Amino acid sequence: MCLGIPGRLLERLPADNGLEQGRVEFGGISRIVCLACVPEAVPGDHVIVHAGLAISRLDADEAERLLAHLREMQQLEEEGS
Amino acid sequence: MRYIDEYRDPDLVQMLTQTIRRLVSRPWTIMEVCGGQTHTIVRHDLESLLPEGVRLLHGPGCPVCVTPLERLDQAMAIARRPEVIFCSFGDMLRVPGSQTDLLGVRTAGGDVRVVYSPLDAVHIARDHPDREVVFFAVGFETTAPVTALAAMQARRLGLRNFSLLVSHVLVLPALEALLTDPNCQVQGFLAAGHVCTVVGFAQYEEFCQRHQVPIVVTGFEPVDLLEGIWMLLRQLEEGRCQVENQYARSVHRDGNGHAIAAMAEVYETCDQTWRGLGILPSSGLRLRDRYRDLDAACRFAVEQIAVSEPAECQSGAVLRGQLRPVDCPAFGSRCTPEHPLGAPMVSSEGACAAYFRYARRPTAQESN
Amino acid sequence: MNPTCPIPITPQSQVQLAHGEGGRLMRQLIRQEVLARFPSSELGRLGDAAVLAVEEGELAFSTDGYVVSPLFFPGGDIGKLAVHGTVNDLAMLGAVPLYLSLGLIIEEGLSLDTLRRVLQSVADAASACGVQVVTGDTKVVPRRSADGLFLHTSGIGRIRPGINLDARHCRPGDAILVNGTIGDHGMAVLAAREGLAEGLQSDTAPLHDLVQQLLNQVAHIRFLRDATRGGVSAVLHELAEAAGVCVRIEETAVPIHPAVRGACELLGLDPLHVANEGKLIAVVAAQDAALALEVMRQHPLGRQAARIGEVLQGTPGEVQVRGAIGRLRVLDEPAGAPLPRIC
Repeated sequence: MCLGIPGRLLERLPADNGLEQGRVEFGGISRIVCLACVPEAVPGDHVIVHAGLAISRLDADEAERLLAHLREMQQLEEEGS
Repeated sequence: MRYIDEYRDPDLVQMLTQTIRRLVSRPWTIMEVCGGQTHTIVRHDLESLLPEGVRLLHGPGCPVCVTPLERLDQAMAIARRPEVIFCSFGDMLRVPGSQTDLLGVRTAGGDVRVVYSPLDAVHIARDHPDREVVFFAVGFETTAPVTALAAMQARRLGLRNFSLLVSHVLVLPALEALLTDPNCQVQGFLAAGHVCTVVGFAQYEEFCQRHQVPIVVTGFEPVDLLEGIWMLLRQLEEGRCQVENQYARSVHRDGNGHAIAAMAEVYETCDQTWRGLGILPSSGLRLRDRYRDLDAACRFAVEQIAVSEPAECQSGAVLRGQLRPVDCPAFGSRCTPEHPLGAPMVSSEGACAAYFRYARRPTAQESN
Repeated sequence: MNPTCPIPITPQSQVQLAHGEGGRLMRQLIRQEVLARFPSSELGRLGDAAVLAVEEGELAFSTDGYVVSPLFFPGGDIGKLAVHGTVNDLAMLGAVPLYLSLGLIIEEGLSLDTLRRVLQSVADAASACGVQVVTGDTKVVPRRSADGLFLHTSGIGRIRPGINLDARHCRPGDAILVNGTIGDHGMAVLAAREGLAEGLQSDTAPLHDLVQQLLNQVAHIRFLRDATRGGVSAVLHELAEAAGVCVRIEETAVPIHPAVRGACELLGLDPLHVANEGKLIAVVAAQDAALALEVMRQHPLGRQAARIGEVLQGTPGEVQVRGAIGRLRVLDEPAGAPLPRIC
């Protein structure tokens, strides 16, 4: 239930009676997700989806920064040992 | 899957394990307060990767587990009514009330439906104007925005047959309560990544300074958790006390303004009973006056049934991190997912359930 | 004057209780909808029982009920399931499936069109499998006593002489194989029922030919079982317990379709617990594993066959999984019904 997983926004769809929505892809399936809380998200972005609502637009740069940092640590580990 | 698999990389896990081992110089006790994190930790056996002396406790991070018994009994009374379609998240179905659970109500003929989103329940209400559709709104601040949006949507569509049975709880008051307990030995917290995605972490800064406990906002995959734990232990080792953000790809200090606005539009804070913990001030959400007509508890005027917890259930101690599920005498014998004594054994985020599912260690181990 | 009756007579479009009462309406239904689709002369005799000639040897006999909801889902329908499911049960014993019975329990009010579609699907599936439907039964029950339509099939097959597949033959060192991606069926049905997501397809398929290829070419096959309700996990637990062995699988070696993986992540489900309708677990001697994989991969129903684990010395009945990050854990058994009514 805290379960929120990242998916890729494929397209924005016409609002459902005023509620912004779009189609989000998870692996190989897609689902219609409410986008009311991520007006800035555009197709191609990743969003974190919880219970049918996108609660954040995933910051790809931050994600990249974290992984790069970890790989750097890994390199140092290997050099150190 | 993108943004999931990278955070399950076994090499990064190993690297972080070594880094943590080299960092730690004395015992520490830290706590996570999120059922999703509990689940990952137990499933991937992350605790066994931590050095001796680092205790990782599981706190009251499962909103299903802390839903008060009275609320559950109300849910069942409403679900039994022939005109009601009772919609709920899957995990609530087997949480035991005083006498039975929602699954039992369904077996006895109640129309109880599992939905993935409260917005689906609004659609059901729209499609069944002759029935009363009730959604069981359980969850932390992660979930409150979408139930709020569901209420707003129902209002916008002019639906008179939709209502919410609300049992939302807030994380920070629970942390306050934990730290005011003199038995509490927690020295640092991992904060729930998706709760903070919604509300941000500015509110944790004052808490952190006042109690002098460092906090790291952390994600949910093994690499996230190990990195969060590393950052927290590093603060403790260095004598620092701040709020840090491991889950920066999703969490910003001010959270998600739209989500916060939706919550504020529909809900206000109130005192709330937490099953196993008692009443915590300003720790819950209730519908504001202008949305009170969507309150299922009022609409259905269900009488209070005398509540009785099985005496043997120690979920309170488990939720406070004072008892490990495996140390409970009923664990795995009189209390199993098939016949649970309390909520933590049936919720997918409950600590007892996580240990039951994943923590029976294989006997044929190998050096890893 | 040309009076016309004010009550128009329209062709019946729905199944009525009378269709199950044994009278004229039922005989008409059977003639028009059942006999017209199934060529078996034994069926055509409409006797109380079918008379079948059998060669010497052993027969396999299996039975199953089919209550899936919805009746039609991406990749299949209840009719196909009813044929494939029973054919597969026979196939797992190394039997060549020969005959099926077909029982229908129809809810009053089911559209005749729906019934026709299902029956055609049964007929097509049976024909493709080379089995004959030789006997059957029709009942109609009042509204709300059944969910549209339930099917029941029993099947008879002839076990090839010399074949003796048994979990108790499994021993430490044996390889555990699967013929393709897991969790397809359960997730497809769930998605259809809950309107959850698109991109999923049931894998319902008859496995008897694949099994025959394996039996023809691979010397030491210990055990076969199709992984239906309870998924791969259920089969592994049954195997470990029946054989009194320990079983270990590698999570990353288990083939899974990205769509199924996505759906499982989204819903927090473990694909190892999700039902399949066209997948089997094969336990073979270690030295035969490579050949068995090759045989499967050359078959349309085995293109993504993979070796997922092995039988070990260890605690009897224990099933272990090495997870994505390299840790070992005990595989839990599926608890309750996360996906009800999926087969």
